[in-house]
Amino acid sequence: MASTAQPVAPGITATKKPHRSTGPSGTTPPRAPAREARRIPRFVWALPPVAVLALVFLYPLALVVQQSFSPDEGGTSIAPYGDVFASESFRSALTTTVWLAVGSTVGCLVLGFVLAMVIAFVPFPGGRAVAKFIDVFLSFPSFLITLALLFIYGNVGLANGVWTDLTGASKGPFDFLTTPWGVLLAEITYFTPFVMRPLLAAFSQLDSAQLEVASSLGARPARIVRQVILPEALPALAAGGSLVLVMCLNEFGIVLFTGAKGVTTLPMLVYSKAILESDYPAACVVAVVNIAISVGLYSLYRMVSRRVGA
Amino acid sequence: MLVHSRTGKWATWAVFFVLFVPLFAVPLLVILAASFTTNWSGAFPSGPTTKHYTAATGGDSLQALTTSLITAVSASLLALTIGSWAALAAASMRRRGRRFLDALFMLPVAVPSVVVGLAVLVAFSKPPMLLNGTRWIVILAHTILVTAFAYSSVSAAIVRLDPMYEQAAASLGARPGYVLWRIKLPLLLPSLTAAAGLCFALSMGELSATMMLYPPDWTPLPVQIFAATDRGSLFTGAAVAVVLMGTTLLVLLGVSRIRTRASYR
Repeated sequence: MASTAQPVAPGITATKKPHRSTGPSGTTPPRAPAREARRIPRFVWALPPVAVLALVFLYPLALVVQQSFSPDEGGTSIAPYGDVFASESFRSALTTTVWLAVGSTVGCLVLGFVLAMVIAFVPFPGGRAVAKFIDVFLSFPSFLITLALLFIYGNVGLANGVWTDLTGASKGPFDFLTTPWGVLLAEITYFTPFVMRPLLAAFSQLDSAQLEVASSLGARPARIVRQVILPEALPALAAGGSLVLVMCLNEFGIVLFTGAKGVTTLPMLVYSKAILESDYPAACVVAVVNIAISVGLYSLYRMVSRRVGA
Repeated sequence: MLVHSRTGKWATWAVFFVLFVPLFAVPLLVILAASFTTNWSGAFPSGPTTKHYTAATGGDSLQALTTSLITAVSASLLALTIGSWAALAAASMRRRGRRFLDALFMLPVAVPSVVVGLAVLVAFSKPPMLLNGTRWIVILAHTILVTAFAYSSVSAAIVRLDPMYEQAAASLGARPGYVLWRIKLPLLLPSLTAAAGLCFALSMGELSATMMLYPPDWTPLPVQIFAATDRGSLFTGAAVAVVLMGTTLLVLLGVSRIRTRASYR
């Protein structure tokens, strides 16, 4: 994306502070009271878009919830929930989804923090180009990463090719793409830029004099990172990390392209139940569980990012 | 400056590039290289060819490209209309109303796109709103998914607007509609085009909801890429992926040019 002021994902807009001249916390300035009286109330203007959203998004979601309580035999019961919760495939999908998402988030946070710190505080020629490259990276779909990994670590790919050329072995050692580790690698690769963006924005507001002072007082780089940079970066880390966690929980393209039978996440399970097995009640149950987890975490993310003012 | 010694700096940069290049630069280069390759069993691709591009720019893939373009353009325009209308309405409301609209319009981001696809499939597969099997259901799902991003971009831009202009216009007697049309929208134009570019890029790459919904005669590029790799023609898939990336980048570049011209107005 071309400009740093433009949010690629909601919430990552901390590049510019609002400069409202009136009112605390950006409230709208009072309008002329004389005209107020005969104008239609303001919320009326919000009704058309809300109505559209309700029709095409909220109503379908409500139908999903309703369908999750309606087994194929008819009637309303919680039987679909019992069936799904008892099934081995659901439980393994739930654990796989959660540990993959948590693992990817931790990986993205560590990697993103290190990379953003080097770009911001150990500047090198071309650093801006790297930041721009990250913006471009964000505008590509996620499954391209899995596609690329197939060429790098696949059965016949770059890494295995180098290995067989060097050692003369008939097969290379890299065979992890169809395991959860392949998904983990792809998710860390794809989502790290989502952590780096808010971090770079936060670092650009950090006064570098603080670092000079700390360093002139004898602090080693490790201590500066721990005591100066890390506290400053925490809000951006929290906001970026929780966004990435939600996106990893919802990720579908990467898992689909991996084509691994052993890696089933909740979105994958929704897809296979609905499209491959035509078992809509079960698909809706999994969907409701997935919504509950993701929306819960997302509200937490909104709360965190509002609290820290990001 | 965090590291002062010369060797320390070089060591840090070395670590940076050892992490950055294989993780982020190599994947995109590898796709580009693979799209010109007939065979990749050694360290380097072999058999340079452009035949994958002949396949990627003709027949089904060309159809998929136009499908994707039409879907992305219509979804972005719809999302931009709904999103910026809602953002403008939210900006004029009081705190509680604004937070309600924020939560409502950001909800599609939190809901997994596969579930959005499932929900749309469940809701629009029966009369009176029978859209299943038509192209409209794909466009509708894309619109839902990108509206949140249009909304958040535009409302972030509204917060940054200087209220002086509209106050000045209003104090000179301009009606609210006139202020909106002649003051606010022109000032917001750069952000609107940026939001349109973002929506377009997201819609071009949307796979999850599309996989749930696409009718056989409306297969966008990501589905085409998946179909190619799924049947084992990885190199054709790579060529189609390059076409997808190239188109997205071209459109984003065009959109950012509009923006720079508008911001000097």
